[in-house]
Amino acid sequence: MGHLSEEIINKANILLEIYPNKRSALIPLCHLAQGQDGYLTPEAIVEIADLVGVTPAEVRGTASFYDMFHLEPVGKHVVAMCTNIACMLRGADELLEHAQESLDVGIGGTTQDGQFTLEEAECLAGCNNAPCVQVNHRFFGPLDNEGFDRLVEDLRSGKLKDEVPEHGVLNRVDRNYGLKATPDQVQAERDVMESAKKERLAKKSEAN
Amino acid sequence: MSDIIVNKNLPIVSKRLDIKEAYKLETYLSTGGYEGLKKALQMNPEDVADEVMKASLLGRGGAGFPAGRKWSMLKPARVKYLVINGDESEPATFKDHDLIERDPHQIIEGVVVASYALGVNQAFIFCRGEFALGLERLQAALNEAYDYGAVGADIFGSGFSVDIVVHPGAGAYICGEETSLLQSLEGKRGYPRIKPPYFPAVMGLYNQPTVVNNIETVSNLPWIVLNGGDAFAAMGQDSSAGSRIFALSGQVKRPGNYEVEMGKVTFRNLIFDESYGGGILDDLALKAFIPGGVSAPWFGPEHLDLPLTQEAIANKGSMLGSGSVVVFNESTCPVKAAWRISKFFYRESCGQCTPCREGSGWIEKIMHRIETGNGRMEDIDLVLDVCDNIAPGLSWPPKQTTICVLGPSIPSSIVSAVNMFKQDFIDHIEKGKCTFDK
Repeated sequence: MGHLSEEIINKANILLEIYPNKRSALIPLCHLAQGQDGYLTPEAIVEIADLVGVTPAEVRGTASFYDMFHLEPVGKHVVAMCTNIACMLRGADELLEHAQESLDVGIGGTTQDGQFTLEEAECLAGCNNAPCVQVNHRFFGPLDNEGFDRLVEDLRSGKLKDEVPEHGVLNRVDRNYGLKATPDQVQAERDVMESAKKERLAKKSEAN
Repeated sequence: MSDIIVNKNLPIVSKRLDIKEAYKLETYLSTGGYEGLKKALQMNPEDVADEVMKASLLGRGGAGFPAGRKWSMLKPARVKYLVINGDESEPATFKDHDLIERDPHQIIEGVVVASYALGVNQAFIFCRGEFALGLERLQAALNEAYDYGAVGADIFGSGFSVDIVVHPGAGAYICGEETSLLQSLEGKRGYPRIKPPYFPAVMGLYNQPTVVNNIETVSNLPWIVLNGGDAFAAMGQDSSAGSRIFALSGQVKRPGNYEVEMGKVTFRNLIFDESYGGGILDDLALKAFIPGGVSAPWFGPEHLDLPLTQEAIANKGSMLGSGSVVVFNESTCPVKAAWRISKFFYRESCGQCTPCREGSGWIEKIMHRIETGNGRMEDIDLVLDVCDNIAPGLSWPPKQTTICVLGPSIPSSIVSAVNMFKQDFIDHIEKGKCTFDK
């Protein structure tokens, strides 16, 4: 029994099949592993490397390029607060300051009880609801200080556990089938389409 | 009040954004869904491509390259791919976010139409990783579309097959750049590739010829096929045909996505009309606005009456870019705004090219010290000099010293802020603090 759950391995097998090259499944697999553990554990990295056929260093090296992958443990709720231009113009800096005080944690830090990790994010494409905040990549906003405190309270009490699942943006993304068009079928279709096109072009040039 | 005559065809691409549960197949079908695809499959593939060429549909990602011409440049090959760019990360752009979450079937229909026209048998929709709900909706819609027979083998009995894969990003602004996006899709770090030789149309995904189109671009295709390219081209002005979604944000009363006919609406209409932005927040005066994402130079109130077309804005030294308009009212510190934008580029530079990697951090440092009151008078020239080393001449469009256009985009906000608000820079330095702090 490996580190990744059977459910993830089943999803992984489909992912490995639908890309022309196994390595393309690397990033989706990292998302799935993060969904299980909250961050990319060394054990998960080794297993992903085996699955896609690269070294663990390559998985780690790729994952470390991307903001969404955590290589260290994080809190149960990752609170990402946008402070980019559109949110800044709507008071994001003041909100981030308030969040640090009310959670008693610095940017990038995790609260003592392990409930919240606070992040300063770049534009999350929620500018119509600025200042906007994501909790485990679910959108909230526009938020003022009171709204933020209410959100934290609801997260703590478990009131939002359906809206805000635990980590992993692919946990509820379900593809349980591989490619439907087989290479033979594609080849046969292409032959038919190409000869039909040739005929059309020939007719066209004849008509001219 | 507005004196704009709204075209009866509008909205086109955003027509389902306000319909409840439009992301479900049932709702999509009851609002004319998949009719465009059914019509396209009755046509010859090259005729579908012709309609798109006739429509003069400009790419909606930021560069504004005509989609039909992009298609015509695809190198003939046995294996070629279509990749849809849904990595929307340009600050203040949020149109694809809405399209993905609320009308995913329209995207899928557009992808199949494009695949048919291009003779592509595998397509990828690259969806920004942070759109957790968007990824769920897109995959659920794709599952429904497969069951309905609109995607997969022998679509609607036409003898054409295409498979679609929804691929998640993982949080990197640079992956919106097409070659970087392809690297990411191949499971690698998102380093942009050098062109030549890596023009996607020749050497794209897995080194095969590839077309990369934006989400909004392909979302227009079902309408174009149903109504004809000429009907689309009849709307708009000059080479900016059809309609387009503008993402309005910042200090306006009603930020949001507004689809308008190109050229028939000015920035003043968009920002002040009741049916759009509804005026400036707190009824203050307008100080400046960004016409097309943070990579674009800023405009002042004197440019409010420009029509929303690619040419009109380019002629005045900026760009329509991703169609995101950010409004600053008079209470905004322009130094802080420019600093925040430079901080964004600093955080998002991929680090491959020296001018961008070193320059972005240096610029951010100088801007931060001016904003916090620790600047020196020579800093103003210094920051422009660093900018000049990334984009020599500081002209528009910028000259490029780097592999991709992220680097040369860094100076635009800095140069705009210095040119338009130099006195504010001087005041910050002389008074030793941000002069806009309350």
